Amino acid sequence: MKILVGLKRVVDYTVRVQVKPDGSGVAIDGVKMSVNPFDEIALEEALRLREAGKATEVVVVSIGPQLAMQQIDSGLAMGANRGILVKTEQPIQPLTAARVFQKLVEKEQPGLVLLGKQAIDDDANQTAQMLAALLDRPQATFASKVEVDGNVARVTREVDVGLETLEVDLPAVVSVDLRLNTPRFIKLPDIMKAKSKPRETLELASLGVESGDHLVTTHYAPPPKRQKGVVVKDVPELIGALKAKGLL
Amino acid sequence: MSKILIIAEHLNGKLNPATAKCVSCASKIAGAEIHVLVLATDPAAIAAEAAQIAGVAKVLTHAHAANGNALAAVYAPQVLALASGYSHVLGPSTTFGKDLMPRIAAKLGVSQVSDVMAVEDSHTFKRPIYAGNAIVTVKAPAGQLVVATVRTASFPAAPGGGSAPVESVSIDFAAPTHTRFVGLEQGGGDRPDLQTARVVVSGGRALGSADAFKLIYDFADQLKAGVGASRAAVDAGYAPNDMQVGQTGKIIAPELYIAVGISGAIQHLTGIKDAGTIVAINKDAEAPIFEVADIGLVGDLFKVVPELMQALG
Ligand SMILES: Cc1cc2nc3c(=O)[nH]c(=O)nc-3n(C[C@H](O)[C@H](O)[C@H](O)COP(=O)(O)OP(=O)(O)OC[C@H]3O[C@@H](n4cnc5c(N)ncnc54)[C@H](O)[C@@H]3O)c2cc1C
Repeated sequence: MKILVGLKRVVDYTVRVQVKPDGSGVAIDGVKMSVNPFDEIALEEALRLREAGKATEVVVVSIGPQLAMQQIDSGLAMGANRGILVKTEQPIQPLTAARVFQKLVEKEQPGLVLLGKQAIDDDANQTAQMLAALLDRPQATFASKVEVDGNVARVTREVDVGLETLEVDLPAVVSVDLRLNTPRFIKLPDIMKAKSKPRETLELASLGVESGDHLVTTHYAPPPKRQKGVVVKDVPELIGALKAKGLL
Repeated sequence: MSKILIIAEHLNGKLNPATAKCVSCASKIAGAEIHVLVLATDPAAIAAEAAQIAGVAKVLTHAHAANGNALAAVYAPQVLALASGYSHVLGPSTTFGKDLMPRIAAKLGVSQVSDVMAVEDSHTFKRPIYAGNAIVTVKAPAGQLVVATVRTASFPAAPGGGSAPVESVSIDFAAPTHTRFVGLEQGGGDRPDLQTARVVVSGGRALGSADAFKLIYDFADQLKAGVGASRAAVDAGYAPNDMQVGQTGKIIAPELYIAVGISGAIQHLTGIKDAGTIVAINKDAEAPIFEVADIGLVGDLFKVVPELMQALG
């Protein structure tokens, strides 16, 4: 079985993103870029499935600018077999991403597609579900456990009321949550080894994908600021402050 | 005119309060006619609850044996069968809605607006990106059906007192069998629900063990509060996953939020931005949580919390 994993290039999670004063966007020039943390978890799971003999090949895909080859590089250094960059200098929206993955799935015929449940830039949480819909295949979102047994995956999902378990026939699309695993660290020899792994670049425009970028962002604003509060010195003062606000 | 279909979330025969919040979001769209769709094996009682939400014009029900659990692959085709009659299809931005709605949007060939926090007009909305560090105004194409999820912490539940007619619809669909429900392990117990509780007490990594986390439960019980946790506390196994508050956990808006031994990482803070009053108890005066706290107390939680409990007890 082949596993397809998406690796989105995003602003690193440690960067505190700021809105430009004129409201035209966020100031991210020159900030640290990384693989979306959820996607790293997806890749780690794919590698573990391969190591357990459940999969034979792990292919990483990034849709983004030429620089997103860095994210392919780190995916290959982590252990993926091969990488595909679908190049576009314009940011795309989830429906377009899902349509691109649909094309790649038709070509690559993976048994499993593993994606992060959301990207920490647009926080949209859509691509995996959209892809499953376009393929008319099962989806199991927000996975905290994935077991593959023949043609079936058993997936535990983190849902609002607790943990739900689903059984899905393969091929399927699984979106992963934070507690699925802890991704391995990349070691220097891994980077060297990865240099010779196959990398393919496709122009997004060459795929014949209809754009799904329907939403137009007209304005960016910083979030409303909370007023700075008071610091109380002890428990009686805390209780007094709460009582003054009518909260006790 | 806007005609809006809201997909009801329910569990064990009860309507989730998130549905009434979607109604209150939908009613911000001028002149909207709001319908609620209940997909269930036996929708009657749930539909009766939905019919009482003020602002709802009609409740539609579709009873089907495959609707015992809210599987996106099973629900989506039923919604799609009805969607063409509407200008908007909305669901809550809970794990239920996040799972289901993109499946509907993709089939309709439209983008989805995730986490609507404000309605500007029928096709223009505000939503958070970058863990809430920026709020964007997005416009969906005029004349295109809008699929959106509603950030429930941004809207009050629409009041009761309505009496909408309930109508059962027939939908010709073959339920897919490629996705099967195996089980649901429910956490929570009988404490107030984290997402609707008036008061929430949350514990962080500082608790140090699952045993020590009992202090948070005891304190919460005394205040009749819901219990939350930081990701670090959940990852370490001190608290179950359904208690995680933040960017990738629950977004909540209690009147009072008490953060105990939580540093205040941006991913955590995005989950509590709409809280009425934030209280922070942390031994590090430099912890970022104090930048957003309305009331801060610098001190050792293992001293402060028992002292508080005694003073209030
Ligand atoms: C993609 C991504 C998504 C994330 N999503 C979330 C999310 O949804 N929710 C979330 O919470 N986090 C999330 N995080 C993690 C987040 O970045 C922080 O790591 C996490 O919130 C830290 O938890 P904490 O505050 O409990 O732990 P720490 O940051 O370790 O803070 C512990 C605090 O306890 C204080 N302390 C220690 N001992 C005591 C004592 N005896 N008395 C009083 N105070 C004490 C310390 O001063 C410190 O401030 C996410 C991270 C990533 C990368």
